[in-house]
Amino acid sequence: MRHQIRVEVNGKSHEREVEARQLLVHFLRDELRLTGTNVGCETSLCGACTVWMDGKAVKSCTQLAVQADGCSVTTIEGMKQGDTFHPVQEAFWECHGLQCGYCTPGMIMAAGALLKENPSPSEAEIRQSLKGNLCRCTGYQNIVKAIAHAAQGGAQ
Amino acid sequence: MAIHQPSTLSEACALLATHNRGSDRDLAPSPLVPIAGGTDLYTHWPQRPDEHAKSYLDLSGIEELRAVRWRNDSLTLGALVTYWRLIQDRTCWSALPMLVQAARQVGAVQIQTRGTWAGNIANASPAADGVPVMMAYDAVVELVSSEGREEIPLADFYQGYKQMRMRPDQLIRSIRIPRRSFLFQRFEKVGSRNAQAITKVGVAIARSGAGWRVVANSVAPTVCRCPTIEALLDDKVTVRGPDDLATALSQDIAPIDDIRSTARYRRRVLARLLYFALRESCSAFE
Ligand SMILES: Cc1cc2nc3c(=O)[nH]c(=O)nc-3n(C[C@H](O)[C@H](O)[C@H](O)COP(=O)(O)OP(=O)(O)OC[C@H]3O[C@@H](n4cnc5c(N)ncnc54)[C@H](O)[C@@H]3O)c2cc1C
Ligand code: FES
Ligand code: FES
Repeated sequence: MRHQIRVEVNGKSHEREVEARQLLVHFLRDELRLTGTNVGCETSLCGACTVWMDGKAVKSCTQLAVQADGCSVTTIEGMKQGDTFHPVQEAFWECHGLQCGYCTPGMIMAAGALLKENPSPSEAEIRQSLKGNLCRCTGYQNIVKAIAHAAQGGAQ
Repeated sequence: MAIHQPSTLSEACALLATHNRGSDRDLAPSPLVPIAGGTDLYTHWPQRPDEHAKSYLDLSGIEELRAVRWRNDSLTLGALVTYWRLIQDRTCWSALPMLVQAARQVGAVQIQTRGTWAGNIANASPAADGVPVMMAYDAVVELVSSEGREEIPLADFYQGYKQMRMRPDQLIRSIRIPRRSFLFQRFEKVGSRNAQAITKVGVAIARSGAGWRVVANSVAPTVCRCPTIEALLDDKVTVRGPDDLATALSQDIAPIDDIRSTARYRRRVLARLLYFALRESCSAFE
């Protein structure tokens, strides 16, 4: 069964007809061609597919596109404002918070959601907020440093 | 796959009455599966084509189910209230802190923002983390259908593995939790790691004017109260170490070996969790 949905993604409204069974992550990647959101597991564990739905971090592989009807979604592509990177993006660059980069969009979306709620988190709070994101390369140290750095720089 | 998206509870009940009731199953349309946050339903989704053939009832458009109501003597959670919502609720931190502790241990932030307390109950996993704290707080489940409403204490809700006192045409509408003053409360979860792990063994303990409540998860076909341990606490029986709890525990729990742990580990660890938690507050524990 197909459904008409309207979703605001990164500030732009999109109307599409989707299959009821389509996951939000496939809608973003295949229909809207926003391929910055990655798929690492599809079992809801790795967090590579993390986006914001109505401002809250969710795993887009654990969400149907039809259920995003009427919602506002932010993906990694929406974090940059004009030519300016989001402070968390800047900090990942400066603190070398990535190696292969596969987990990075999800890490940045999880970290960005944390800093919206809690602009100056402790290291424990940063680690707690990354419970749902796996990285097979970095050992997490530089990711945690990057988020602390972004917080000190005054992320919104 | 078909998905129905009602915007009121009465519409949802009417849909369930048509699809999920009736003695002649062959004539009825395919039964509807309710969806709340989807965090249990959609895992491994692309690899489960059988699930794609089913019909679903998306509850997320029913606004009234999002309500959190504090009264002097109770907290009522609508069926769409998420873990995240209570983590953000300062009253909950002081009035019913085990709810917040358990919420923070469920999966990760991205699961807490979507997953609901009612979904945790209706998924009926013996490893659920929300259920033991709600049960230790004497929560009552409110069910609705087009025929009316009924209330069932959560402690009586499960009848066996994944067996609930809820008909296919019923929905959980809300969960009511009495507010009491507690002399002691503690939630413990043991998993294979600290982050995003399913419980190998866990326990919620509460002591109020209503008596002791000890509720364990992952050690029986359902989350369960431990009445023998509760009686031992009420009777102030002297306990000299974790092994003194083993006999009572063996009457209350029936753990198994599975992919996450072994029955032996679960027995031993639960006895120790209980002993070291209770030693702080019970003079009968030496
Ligand atoms: C990565 C990950 C980690 C997790 N970690 C934990 C954990 O640590 N601890 C834990 O306890 N759980 C965990 N879970 C499981 C899950 O998040 C919880 O059980 C959650 O509470 C389910 O709620 P939901 O709203 O997402 O349910 P859904 O997936 O929407 O539904 C679950 C079941 O309940 C039924 N249902 C939902 N609402 C109603 C209603 N109102 N009336 C009748 N039936 C209803 C559905 O039909 C379905 O059978 C985890 C899940 C994931 C993906
Ligand atoms: S792809 Fe969504 S959690 Fe891994
Ligand atoms: S940088 Fe490679 S997975 Fe994280």
